Amino acid sequence: MAKTALITVLRKPATIRYPFEPAKKTDISRGHVVIDESRCISCTLCQKRCPAQAIVVLKDEKTWQIDRLRCVVCRACVDVCPVTCLFMDTQYTAPMTTRGVEIVAITYVKPPRPENPSPTGEAQT
Amino acid sequence: MTIEEQLTTPVEIGNLIGRVEQFRNEGYRLVQISCTALGDSYEINYSFDKDYGFRNIRITIKEGTEVPSISGMYWGAFIYENEMHDLFGIRVRGMNIDFKGTLFRTTVRYPFGNPAPKGEEQ
Amino acid sequence: MTRQIIIPFGPQHPVLPEPIHLDLVLEDEKVVDVIPSIGYIHRGFEKLVEKREFPDYVYIAERTCGICSFIHGMTYCQGIEQVMNIEIPERALFLRTIWSEYSRLHSHLLWLGLFADSFGFENLFMNAWRIRERILDVMEQTTGGRVIQGACKIGGVRLDIDNEKLGRMSRDLDSIREEIDVLTTIFLRDSSITHRLKDIGVLSKTDAYSLGAVGPVGRASGLAIDLRETGYAAYGKLDLEIVTEREGDSYARCVVRARELFTSIDLIKQAINTIPEGPVEVKVTGAPQGEYFSRSEQPRGELVHYVKGNGTKFLVRSRIRTPTLSNIPPLVKMLQGCELADVPVIVLSIDPCIGCAER
Repeated sequence: MAKTALITVLRKPATIRYPFEPAKKTDISRGHVVIDESRCISCTLCQKRCPAQAIVVLKDEKTWQIDRLRCVVCRACVDVCPVTCLFMDTQYTAPMTTRGVEIVAITYVKPPRPENPSPTGEAQT
Repeated sequence: MTIEEQLTTPVEIGNLIGRVEQFRNEGYRLVQISCTALGDSYEINYSFDKDYGFRNIRITIKEGTEVPSISGMYWGAFIYENEMHDLFGIRVRGMNIDFKGTLFRTTVRYPFGNPAPKGEEQ
Repeated sequence: MTRQIIIPFGPQHPVLPEPIHLDLVLEDEKVVDVIPSIGYIHRGFEKLVEKREFPDYVYIAERTCGICSFIHGMTYCQGIEQVMNIEIPERALFLRTIWSEYSRLHSHLLWLGLFADSFGFENLFMNAWRIRERILDVMEQTTGGRVIQGACKIGGVRLDIDNEKLGRMSRDLDSIREEIDVLTTIFLRDSSITHRLKDIGVLSKTDAYSLGAVGPVGRASGLAIDLRETGYAAYGKLDLEIVTEREGDSYARCVVRARELFTSIDLIKQAINTIPEGPVEVKVTGAPQGEYFSRSEQPRGELVHYVKGNGTKFLVRSRIRTPTLSNIPPLVKMLQGCELADVPVIVLSIDPCIGCAER
């Protein structure tokens, strides 16, 4: 025990002055969910899969909202999204003073369908 | 990959004490007692184990039937029987330590029973 | 005829990690009888299975307990995979075994710390948890979560560990093993600790078997029951050693858990040396129809998950029977006849995880 005591006295403190210094995290740590709103196609798969029922997607109003205090950061929505517009950031959720949902407006615009070349024109060449 | 064989035998409620006594004499230990609510009847599973061999007996009862307690043979069964009574509302006759409904103190009496009482919808 | 008085113990007590209430019937500082009472942390998990689809229920089953969360998720997945007859790849089995044994290491170190705190040795408590921090760092680097891992899913595991990281984990285990050696030597040899633990809370072998003691509580009384011998996950391919003691007192329970730390380190090293290559998941389609009792060995004993499905996406019933629920009748027997000052030590020596027990 004496060796451990001596080493810990000479080492610098193990505490981190969070939030002034960032918390100790790794590449795959689960912190909070982030959405890229220009890619979301409003398929509502993330709403169906969320075990805490924290995500609500409104198709007609084109919004995606999440209740940060209900989310348990389980990564289910990130894994199921078909267009990979949801990402898991590694830092903790920021503290808040009132309960509320975070609403994000979806800016995805469906690209226009390319014109089909007429089948008789191309095949005869 | 089958991990182990599991045998489940259905039993009449009158033969329950006899079968449990048979298990006790062969040296099985009690693993758990669990209850499932199906529509208007309840299914109660008694599980026993000896040297990792798993045996299971099952009784099916209607609402309001009284079940005899097996705590005469397995002293530790009182905790499962009291939990069954507090959550499902099944009456058990002859428990060695009877908590009379105070083991699990919930706001709604018999929350898992039939019909499910209406609480707050989340 | 001496008078009997009743003293309430818990649910708020500085030594208890989780709320349990005991009514102690005393005659002049000697405990004559005990009446337990639980239900302070009942969250109704078994009712929630009717409202969440069966693949999403893994996240809920994991959150039953904070200390043994990986094994809850793994046992539930095993139950559903047996019902639906899914074969999962070998590499996934070995990865599940590695994470289970890390869970066991961190749980036993947590218990050693709390136990030292219960008889007043706070310095030892902090040192045990300092070693535990290194194990939690490994868990975070490999799964993304320190306490709730979120690594299991039906059909395999969600992430893979690459071989270079596995080699580093195996080398770090050597230095962790030296630190654990120093810690357990103090626990088992220090005279002030043995004075408080020997011959306190004795449970004989016949009592342990008939009352249904499982896990280290049963193994300290001489019962050689360890569910890892049935060979679930990759345990069938590894060399297992069951640790038993004979006396059945609190000192024996401490010795069993301290020695299990070393067997866990050996199992992790064996698994890392023999892990095969391959995929880590299979695709799952359909819904479960049928029932199964899935059993596994948690750090505290035998865990049983009963799942019953009827062909739809929602299960009919999911029943979790945790080892602490089964260890409460032996606790009642152990407390009869002891002194009042030994009650906290005995209650902590069965490793109570009441959050698991009440779900």
